[in-house]
Amino acid sequence: MSKVSKLTPIQKRRQRGAFTLLILSIGSLIGFGALQKQSAPVTYKFVLEKEWIAINEWTLDSRTGSYGFSIAALLFSIWAFIQFRRNKKIQLQSALGGFAILMAFLCWAASGKMIPFTGLLQGALLLSVPLIFGAMAGVLCERSGVINIAIEGQLLAGAFAAGVVASLTQNTTWGLIVAPLAGALISLILAVFAIKFSIDQVILGFVINVLVIGMTNFLYKKLLIPYQNTWNSGPILTPIEIPILSKIPLLGPIFFNQTIIVYLMYLIVAVIHLSLFKTRWGLRTRAVGEHPTAADSVGIKVNNLRFRNVIFAGLVAGLGGAYFTVGAVGAFGKEMTAGKGFIALAALIFGRWSPLGAVMAALLFGFADNLQGILSITGTPIPSEFMLMAPYIATIIAVTGFVGRVRAPAADGIPYNRGGSH
Amino acid sequence: MSKLKNYLDDTLKSITLPLLAFFLAILSGGLLIAFSDPKIYKLWKSPLEFLGTGFASAGHAYLALIQGSIFDGNLTSKNFLLGFYPLSETFVVAAPLILTGLSVTLAFRAGLFNIGAQGQFIFGAIGASYVGFHYNLPPVIHALAAILGAIVLAGLWGGLVGFLKARTGAHEVIVTIMLNYISIYFLLWLLSTQTFLRKGRQDPIAPPVNETARLPKIFGMDYRINLGIFIALGVAYLIHILLTRTTWGFQFRSVGANTLAAKTAGMSVPFVMTSVMVICGGLAGLGGAVQVLGSEYALTAGVAGSFGFDAITVALLGRAKPLGTVLAALLFGALRAGGLTMQANTTTPIDIVLVIQALVVLFIAAPAMVRAIFRLKNVKSSSDMAAKGWNG
Repeated sequence: MSKVSKLTPIQKRRQRGAFTLLILSIGSLIGFGALQKQSAPVTYKFVLEKEWIAINEWTLDSRTGSYGFSIAALLFSIWAFIQFRRNKKIQLQSALGGFAILMAFLCWAASGKMIPFTGLLQGALLLSVPLIFGAMAGVLCERSGVINIAIEGQLLAGAFAAGVVASLTQNTTWGLIVAPLAGALISLILAVFAIKFSIDQVILGFVINVLVIGMTNFLYKKLLIPYQNTWNSGPILTPIEIPILSKIPLLGPIFFNQTIIVYLMYLIVAVIHLSLFKTRWGLRTRAVGEHPTAADSVGIKVNNLRFRNVIFAGLVAGLGGAYFTVGAVGAFGKEMTAGKGFIALAALIFGRWSPLGAVMAALLFGFADNLQGILSITGTPIPSEFMLMAPYIATIIAVTGFVGRVRAPAADGIPYNRGGSH
Repeated sequence: MSKLKNYLDDTLKSITLPLLAFFLAILSGGLLIAFSDPKIYKLWKSPLEFLGTGFASAGHAYLALIQGSIFDGNLTSKNFLLGFYPLSETFVVAAPLILTGLSVTLAFRAGLFNIGAQGQFIFGAIGASYVGFHYNLPPVIHALAAILGAIVLAGLWGGLVGFLKARTGAHEVIVTIMLNYISIYFLLWLLSTQTFLRKGRQDPIAPPVNETARLPKIFGMDYRINLGIFIALGVAYLIHILLTRTTWGFQFRSVGANTLAAKTAGMSVPFVMTSVMVICGGLAGLGGAVQVLGSEYALTAGVAGSFGFDAITVALLGRAKPLGTVLAALLFGALRAGGLTMQANTTTPIDIVLVIQALVVLFIAAPAMVRAIFRLKNVKSSSDMAAKGWNG
């Protein structure tokens, strides 16, 4: 036996993670600190509403800030290395390091300006809502072995149904009830063709998206525009303030003064995460997604379970679609999901097909999106188009295994035929 | 003689399914047009009138579709031939569609699903536009240079996908979806830079390509039909030769049919994957060049329309064969061109075309269903849509 022990894949991933963080911190130190052209005060504005303890604002010099946060990031990456040597997790260190780099970036990007920090986070959460719903739909499908490219279509169908029904009934509740059903209807197409006819699920998902886009565009032009007053002027949900929680400084107004859709989202995420890893259904779902033959041999009805999960996914994504209409602007707009379903897919992949991972990724993408929006108004050195690319680039980096390879459930996308070739 | 008979038999069998699927899709689209008009529900007390009005509106819509894609009698007042102006429009739309369709088709044959034709098209359009407006070259050479610029740029963009797949196993579908978005944002950024800003304009539109780089119109100035359609047809023939007559094409098909077997037989799978995606990118990029140099003459944010996405339905309807792809692209080109006229002349939105496209592919994808509807036995089913997983 040689003394030099080989690193396990997890250790390797940690090593590479710590190393990447180190490189990024040094890059941040040089890029945002040393190369900063002007040094001007940058103001973080925290107050949104009345909280218990109001932190008003915080002003610091941009170059000092960039240096400070970069050095902090450097320290976190060193801490990550120490953790790696001790063979311990580095999640916390990576998160802190990432946050520090982000702050350094903000100091650089908003030099001489004001950042509405709380508003930034609140907007980020709102932009992530459809992504999280979509990613949860992805988790339900793909963990049981059915690829779901049709998230976009499910969201769009939900948005359309919720908008139209809420407008016809002038009641948001009906919109919220119908939206999941619309999503489930789209899922039904996916389930029937993928599971019963064994059609390639990527092609199928793609075609379903085209179908839903075509249908909603068609009906939008044919009904919603000419008969706008009855068909497309739905009411909007009002935010519900949760008594005590909404008064927590900084976090309260962000998380606990939202519409019912957002609260349902918290619930759905928690339920999916817990059920997937703690219940019989979850174990079976994962088994069917990884090794359907083995699952079948212990008596799990593979295709029934898959069918049910795909329908569940449609319910979830459809509800998420309702966010676009009754949850935000009321009226339905042509192709109003605007590729959010695909960012949700990216979040699912970036989050390694795990519910919490996907939520984190969705929040990150939502944050990037909102940051881009705010910075494009205040004006920054980086063109906003490049910031909009960030989620997609991050996902490509993730699937190419640059920072730890992501792996889909083994049987994802492969139809199961009892006694068949698969 | 029996050889010919076999061939005809085979052809008949393989086009039966697409034709029936198309028929079903048109029928469903017609029903949607007929029953989506709220006015007809006032007539529901007299069923005959109700149905009659519904079918009349569907009929009008489809008539306008044909008028907008093949022949329009209203245009013949000056010159009978001008009535064929819509047909010229069909070819104008079909040319880029054939090329992007071939891009998806070729990838299919090598076992790859190229959703990225849209992004590759955009890069082709960028390349063609830049060479087209930035340089001054003699006529024919300029057009060739612009086309080459498009192919090289888009080929690299497509090749990246194959390279990543070959080296890291990153699934091409995920990568191409992401690259499509990256492409569109890149294009938007590019159009905001000084180089690509047209003088005196604030909106995202690049300077027009020089006259010398434009593809010549072939039936006079009255029609927009240009050399692009012939380039597309020629390239389709070349792809057919590549796939059926060359070693390289054989390697593509082998890797597509069974990667392991191809590897065992000594083929370099990474090389095949990368090279096939370079060609696919080049094809879609050529589509972008044809669009910019043949009909648009300028790069805009919406230059790619939905050519890259329609390409997927085109390739699927064409059963991943070059000839089939050409026919499918002509069909969808006609639907697109006619759809505009339909939208202008009737109350039917052009988006019905998307619905029809999606339904055609769904019906083709489920041969069992079409067979059950028409009670057929002898129809070739589509093996080109057999499922594959994310990790495969």
